[in-house]
Amino acid sequence: MAWGQRMSATGYPIRRATTGEFAGMLISAAAVMPFLMVAALTDHSGYAFHATLAMLASFASIFLIGNRCFRPGQVPAPQEINGKPNYNMGPVKFATVASMFWGIAGFTVGLIIALQLAFPALNFDLPWTSFGRLRPLHTSAVIFAFGGNVLIATSFYVVQRTSRARLAGDLAPWFVVLGYNFFIVIAGTGYLLGITQGKEYAEPEWYADLWLTIVWVTYLLVFLMTLAKRKEPHIYVANWFYLAFILTIAVLHLGNNLALPVSVLSPKSYIVWSGVQDAMFQWWYGHNAVGFFLTAGFLAIMYYFVPKRANRPVYSYRLSIIHFWALIFLYIWAGPHHLHYTALPDWAQTLGMTFSIMLWMPSWGGMINGLMTLSGAWDKLRTDPVLRMMVVSLAFYGMSTFEGPLMSIKAVNSLSHYTDWTIGHVHSGALGWVAYISFGAIYCLVPWLWNRRELYSLRLVNWHFWISTLGIVFYISAMWVSGILQGLMWRAYTSLGFLEYSFIETVEAMHPFYVIRALGGALFLIGALIMVFNLWMTVRSGTVDVPQADYDHGLAPQLAPAQ
Amino acid sequence: MSSIDASAPRSRQSRWLKHKIFETNSIILIIGVLLVISIGGLVEIAPLFYLKNTIEKVEGMRPYTPLEIAGRAIYVREGCYLCHSQMIRPLRDEIERYGHYSLAAESMYDKPFQWGSKRTGPDLARVGGKYSDEWHAGHLADPRSLVPQSIMPGYPFLARTELAFADIAAELRANRGGGVPYTDEMIAQAMTDLKAQATPDHPGQSALEARYPKVQARDFDGNPARISEADALIAYLQVLGTLVDFKLYDDKANIR
Amino acid sequence: MDTTYQWLASFAQSAGLLYFVGIFVSVCAYAFWPKNRARFEQAAHTPLQED
Repeated sequence: MAWGQRMSATGYPIRRATTGEFAGMLISAAAVMPFLMVAALTDHSGYAFHATLAMLASFASIFLIGNRCFRPGQVPAPQEINGKPNYNMGPVKFATVASMFWGIAGFTVGLIIALQLAFPALNFDLPWTSFGRLRPLHTSAVIFAFGGNVLIATSFYVVQRTSRARLAGDLAPWFVVLGYNFFIVIAGTGYLLGITQGKEYAEPEWYADLWLTIVWVTYLLVFLMTLAKRKEPHIYVANWFYLAFILTIAVLHLGNNLALPVSVLSPKSYIVWSGVQDAMFQWWYGHNAVGFFLTAGFLAIMYYFVPKRANRPVYSYRLSIIHFWALIFLYIWAGPHHLHYTALPDWAQTLGMTFSIMLWMPSWGGMINGLMTLSGAWDKLRTDPVLRMMVVSLAFYGMSTFEGPLMSIKAVNSLSHYTDWTIGHVHSGALGWVAYISFGAIYCLVPWLWNRRELYSLRLVNWHFWISTLGIVFYISAMWVSGILQGLMWRAYTSLGFLEYSFIETVEAMHPFYVIRALGGALFLIGALIMVFNLWMTVRSGTVDVPQADYDHGLAPQLAPAQ
Repeated sequence: MSSIDASAPRSRQSRWLKHKIFETNSIILIIGVLLVISIGGLVEIAPLFYLKNTIEKVEGMRPYTPLEIAGRAIYVREGCYLCHSQMIRPLRDEIERYGHYSLAAESMYDKPFQWGSKRTGPDLARVGGKYSDEWHAGHLADPRSLVPQSIMPGYPFLARTELAFADIAAELRANRGGGVPYTDEMIAQAMTDLKAQATPDHPGQSALEARYPKVQARDFDGNPARISEADALIAYLQVLGTLVDFKLYDDKANIR
Repeated sequence: MDTTYQWLASFAQSAGLLYFVGIFVSVCAYAFWPKNRARFEQAAHTPLQED
């Protein structure tokens, strides 16, 4: 075919825009005026700020799309070069860099709010620095900004490599990556300015939710269309997990965010559900955000990166199929365990508990499948700290998926609910599993994406591993002790039958554990900073490998390193 | 290892055939995932809209007044729900500490629900009437002046900030769109009702009381000269858990 | 409403059980079907093939 040859970089200085580029520029241009009007007419300063950002983003889109016409290269990019797939790694690189940026931001805010709980003067009595506004910033930054970018980066990478096909769409992958990060900016600045709909892990207001819906549907389409044009006979199991993650998050997002805006000029909205129904929707969403965002998506990472790094196929492909169906099947029911002993009907609580306990099985099935992939190659753990990080992440996954079912038992939950035990549980999953498997994947990805032979320093990976592992251990053990202690203090009675402790006495007892927790968080952050340095040095000063034809720098619109 | 080495015509044909099958496969995968996830959600959520104990109406429950709903918006905005629950579980120590366990009906007009998931601070489901307005005003401005061991952030800016309520009628209307029974009259009078509740001796108070039984109308933040965000937030805190009279509530009526 | 609850409960306990067992059995059958073995074997090696 015509594009079978390497295209020359000396083509026309300017080319005609494609239909897609025209449409993109037109839509961006059309969006400028409405955003300007909203910014001018609204009484809410935060909302005006967001409308202004949206307007600037529209301008930037016109410029970025238009600028493509001045770049050399064939558009749309060839699907194959010299018979090899012409992978589109630009968006993957952007999302990888963004994930590290947001990761550091999210860990830092986490450390700040941990310190605020130990030393309340750090709230500074200002609206935008108080715990109540920073806490959603922390959770969204680590889950959606850090985790989300890791998922987008790895899914775009894995779906291309395992399909042996270029990412579908010309502008669409960039729209997904940039649009998602724009959503993050809107959501995060919104919390600081007091714009929130007050649903945990679903705080962004209606306009941010609408925008995310558009971005997410595009994400689903790009992923599906890439699968559709694949050259491999089978859809590799990692892609099953990615697909379930993308699809289910779309459904959950829509269900939990059906809200009526007060007006177009107000950032505020009211959810259509109320009370009990809203609670059920919220935790159906909330727990499946854990199940499909933080579990299925990151299991997809495991199913690609662990075999790849260990250089052996996954232990049992059959087990992975059973794992997949059992996991998505059971997870969707587990939400009500967040509502034990509340006004939610008992039958729903019991159902939630039952399925949560059953979830233990597929979770451990997945863990075993990942761990056993190393059978016969355990010696690699001694020499490869990246692989060790991923294996330890599986151990943490196993631990928190055992703890989870345990805490969903109503008797245990009556003690653990409302206490720091929950926070400890979440962090053993979030730091130990999600962050570690992400770090492992990013340590693999950066040399692959930037054509480096290896990381700048495996020693630094080792330091990162040990410092942050120590941090996690401090964190979760402090939270176990404080959670169980507080739960027991709440229900302690004197011999005369009176409650033994006032509430504030239980708050006071938490102080030392909050200090230890903050220390753990600080260690984790230090580890991540070491990682950033290591990655930076890998890209900047690592030895350049033999360039591979299938990595195409010239065609990536942005962020491509100079050649 | 390359699978695309085959001669051109053959590979084109087989690729076309494969393509067809696998497109179907990914669609089957999508349908399967959707089926599997929707059943769990439907079974757990749909009955909540029909079962009696989740939709029962309990004597005394009424929609929030305009001032209370404005206060609730501040409660949500400041993320109070991240440290304070509003859901008393039917456990002995909680009932002794906080009062009667929470009923589904008590949050039937809550958009969004604010049950919370963490008690860094105490439960607030029945905080209404437990402390004086002065206590709340002082505690919000500087928690440690009243509770030395408290780790709550201070909110001195609430009393300094004028409450923005130009949209209040539209806020009520948005709530009505989601099923809260605000009447046309309530929406039309929202602005007056809000001022009446926060201003001592306001002429609109009897009409307010008629629309919203048990309403508490007074100056809440200690500064009658203006309606501040603290006025609204304290009005909201003071109504929490006060609407249902548990001397009259028959808790056996819904037991199956 | 009691009848609705009773009906729902018995439906969940019978049809629900069949549904779950049915799904589980069919997933296992798919995973362990001898004919699929080769395909899965091949799929498992997908990430390791260099192009």
